[in-house]
Amino acid sequence: MPAYYLEALTVALGLLLLMVEAFGPSHSKKLVGFSAAAGLTFILILSFFAIGPDQAKEGSTWETWELSKFYSFDPLARFYKGFALVCTILVLLMSIDFRSVLSRFTDHPESESGTGEYYCLPVFACAGMMWMASAKDLAGAFVALELVTITFYILVAFLRRNVGSLEAGVKYLILGALSTGFLVYGIAWIYGTTGTMSLVGLEGAISNLPSTTPLLFGIALILIALGFKVGAVPMQVWIPDVYQGAPTPTTAFLSVGSKAAGFILLIRFLDPLLQPGSPVAPQVLLMLAIMAGATLIFGNLAAISQSNFKRLLAYSSIAHAGFLVLALASWKQESDSAIGSVGAVSFYLATYLLMTLASFFVLAQVRIQDGSEQIDAFNGLGKRNPVLAIGLTVVMAALAGVPLTAGFIGKFFVFSLAVEAGLWWGVTFAFIGAAAGFYYYFKIIRAMWWESPADNAKPLVLPQITRTCVVALTIAVLVLGIWPQPILWLLG
Amino acid sequence: MLALLVALPIIAFIAILAGAPARQAALGAGLANLALGLWAAFTWEAEMWASSVEVLAKPSLHLAFGFSDGMSVIMVLLSVIVTVAALLSGRAPAGREILYYGSSLLISAGAIGAFAATDLFFFYAFHELALIPTFLMIGILGRGDRREVAWKITIYLGFGSVVLLAGLVWLANLAGTFDIPTMVAAVKNGSLVIDPAAQKGIAALLIVGFGVLVSLFPFHSWAAPAYASAPAPTSMLHAGVLKKFGLYGLLRIAIPMVPGGMNDWLTPLLVLLVGNILWVGLVTVSQKRLDLMLGNSSVMHMGYIFLAIAALAASYQGPALAGALVDGQAVTLSSVGRFTNDIAGPAAVLLMFAHGISIAMLFGLADKIERSTGTLELTDLGGLAKAAPSLAFLFGLVGFASIGLPGLANFAGEVMVFLSAFKNYDPAAGLGPVQIACICAIWGVVISAIYMLRAYRRIFQGESVRATESSLDLTPADRIPALLLAVTLLAVGLFPNLLLSLFK
Repeated sequence: MPAYYLEALTVALGLLLLMVEAFGPSHSKKLVGFSAAAGLTFILILSFFAIGPDQAKEGSTWETWELSKFYSFDPLARFYKGFALVCTILVLLMSIDFRSVLSRFTDHPESESGTGEYYCLPVFACAGMMWMASAKDLAGAFVALELVTITFYILVAFLRRNVGSLEAGVKYLILGALSTGFLVYGIAWIYGTTGTMSLVGLEGAISNLPSTTPLLFGIALILIALGFKVGAVPMQVWIPDVYQGAPTPTTAFLSVGSKAAGFILLIRFLDPLLQPGSPVAPQVLLMLAIMAGATLIFGNLAAISQSNFKRLLAYSSIAHAGFLVLALASWKQESDSAIGSVGAVSFYLATYLLMTLASFFVLAQVRIQDGSEQIDAFNGLGKRNPVLAIGLTVVMAALAGVPLTAGFIGKFFVFSLAVEAGLWWGVTFAFIGAAAGFYYYFKIIRAMWWESPADNAKPLVLPQITRTCVVALTIAVLVLGIWPQPILWLLG
Repeated sequence: MLALLVALPIIAFIAILAGAPARQAALGAGLANLALGLWAAFTWEAEMWASSVEVLAKPSLHLAFGFSDGMSVIMVLLSVIVTVAALLSGRAPAGREILYYGSSLLISAGAIGAFAATDLFFFYAFHELALIPTFLMIGILGRGDRREVAWKITIYLGFGSVVLLAGLVWLANLAGTFDIPTMVAAVKNGSLVIDPAAQKGIAALLIVGFGVLVSLFPFHSWAAPAYASAPAPTSMLHAGVLKKFGLYGLLRIAIPMVPGGMNDWLTPLLVLLVGNILWVGLVTVSQKRLDLMLGNSSVMHMGYIFLAIAALAASYQGPALAGALVDGQAVTLSSVGRFTNDIAGPAAVLLMFAHGISIAMLFGLADKIERSTGTLELTDLGGLAKAAPSLAFLFGLVGFASIGLPGLANFAGEVMVFLSAFKNYDPAAGLGPVQIACICAIWGVVISAIYMLRAYRRIFQGESVRATESSLDLTPADRIPALLLAVTLLAVGLFPNLLLSLFK
């Protein structure tokens, strides 16, 4: 099956769900969410049978089709398509359990009639992310990126009777538009300098430039724009407020799906620029190193003083972006014996997905049942729901990078790469960041186990979906911590 | 087989989570491990103990266990003995059995895993696995300012682990492998040459990283409050076993892989270890509570083991350069470096073992004293020997062991440490820094005698006071763990060769 069917099917699924939403029963929209998750699961299975243009049967239209200039399908693309699908499925499941809050802040607080689109929009965002994984042309990448971003404008501001959500929506819209401007302007400079928008042709086009300055200017603009997607300095300012204001499933989606999509695009964009012999490689690496160092310091140090769990996760998301950019700044090609930058970033993101989504699942339930997202709300969780507390303890330890959890190995790869590349400042900042991470993630563990629950606290009962997902994600975090090989198999 | 020793406590932990009776499951795993550990002590050279499973293809990472040498055997033996004693000693608060026994099992599994791992990655990882239940136990079930203390130890040990990790990553990057025996062999046969600047940097990171974990002066202030606050099995397991991880790491990683770097830092290390012995020793003398006194004394005794490590590092003779003149003859091949002090390593390991057993027993008995009298304030106690003669006898025995009375294991260890410091002493050249440090360190024995005997007198002798009048002696069930440890102390004290014969 040609790989682009996957995106086509995803978009078709989204359209179909919109129809069901519009003409189906209005009192319960749960069914839309379940159908979306089921449909995406089906597409996820299909993705293992998809083939790229290079594997197409001879003489098929697929081989000569114009689209294949814009579309590649390698193991990396398959990995990131799967990543987008898994992430979207989990976010949809989270949204289903979150619907009581959604309905309270949409049109009719008593009914779910205003919540149906919340299950359809992630499907479109997913299609955009999947296309980004395959993009080999800046124009195509731009269109896919905008599909994701515009969907998120709606998702962030979805609680339209909640001021926080609206404020977040406005902030995201303004900064998102700004970053789009940077991106288009950067693409224009690169096209003007090299005469090509194809990422495949870029490597050849930059080798004989009379001057690299305009090219570097364009690259800097694009790095800034992609920094917006991945949450790296200097475009990180929107993250805390938007994460805090947006509905929790959207925050989870932003912090995992959107970030990963940004990274695959960054990888595709950097790959031709950092090939051996590239005239701009040292400058690009320097830009990345500066980004990484600033992001690590900002994210980790600002997270220390947070008292709101969602905001803490926002800063932690910036901090993790810092580690990921550091891996890219220590650029190394994949080899048979050692993992390269691309592998390290992909591995890190896969573990990050498990850990972050598990924490958002828990956060969403605490938000629903206690009405608070403060760290205080987690006080005594060890007594109120021990299983949940053990799960969150494992996840927080993994985010901090405690060994034998999945979070450690990703960080380990990053450190090894940075040491090997001789980025001593980056290593120092990363160590400061990791040490700070211990502090702020353990704050949650401390609240859960060492503090007593509030006087009026009730046991926290988890809905079936959330319980299953949290248990499954926690087990995955532990298993992959001891046996990380499966992720490398998926990477091909 | 060695993997089974690590897996048994974890399996018991999962069984407890799934609803098995906590105490029975934990004890079952502990006793099975004790039997396996004793068996291993006799057959450790057999192939069957080693195992290796590849968990990551690139970089090649193995979940590998094996006894590299006698040192691992002794440390595993220490772990299984103290684990059984710790599980038998404490009493879980009602309703908290799962946490209590589960955490103890995880600490034990982590310690055994770290001592048995032959892969750098899992060597580090298992130690971290053991730290988290330690933090939780202190934070949830501790006494006194448990939250502040638990937070303090979390930050201190987290910091130490991060610094240590930096050193290990650096080392592994240079070596290009995680397999510890391969790395050591490569350094020994000269195929892996780490340049002096890198050696110095790595050694600094390892000394500080491992040092924080072993409460090296001045990074020691987490230890005494943590042990005083922790529930009995946690202090027994941490002070007795887990803390030895740092010393074990210095001997297993730092000394063989960056010997030149360790030599560079000799003088600072000597100053710090004398700080451990004299400064912390005087702090120990001034303690008014038994648990804080024991906690500080455990910090103090680490100084002796550091002394042996320093003596070993000092005896390193770096590789001679090709073409250099030795006795008027040009050396044709660059020989590799070697250590001329062959007793410092066994001395350190013997004292680690002895100290682990004795401090675990002291913490176990201190817990008994608190349960029977309700206090550990030295001024509130007195005359306990009348009401509890067997407790008094056992405490006296282990107290003397801790001071270093001949016939008990600590004596053998301490004497060997002092001898090792003078091993390469050349009267013509005068006293070297190691010898000077050793002369300072010997005063630690006097300090030990002062605080231990004074504490013994305050608690057990004199007139009975209200707290001790009606207190109960050890029940037969209480005696089992104490006797297990006491017999070990005596056996190793009378026949140190039981352990020393494991070194070839």
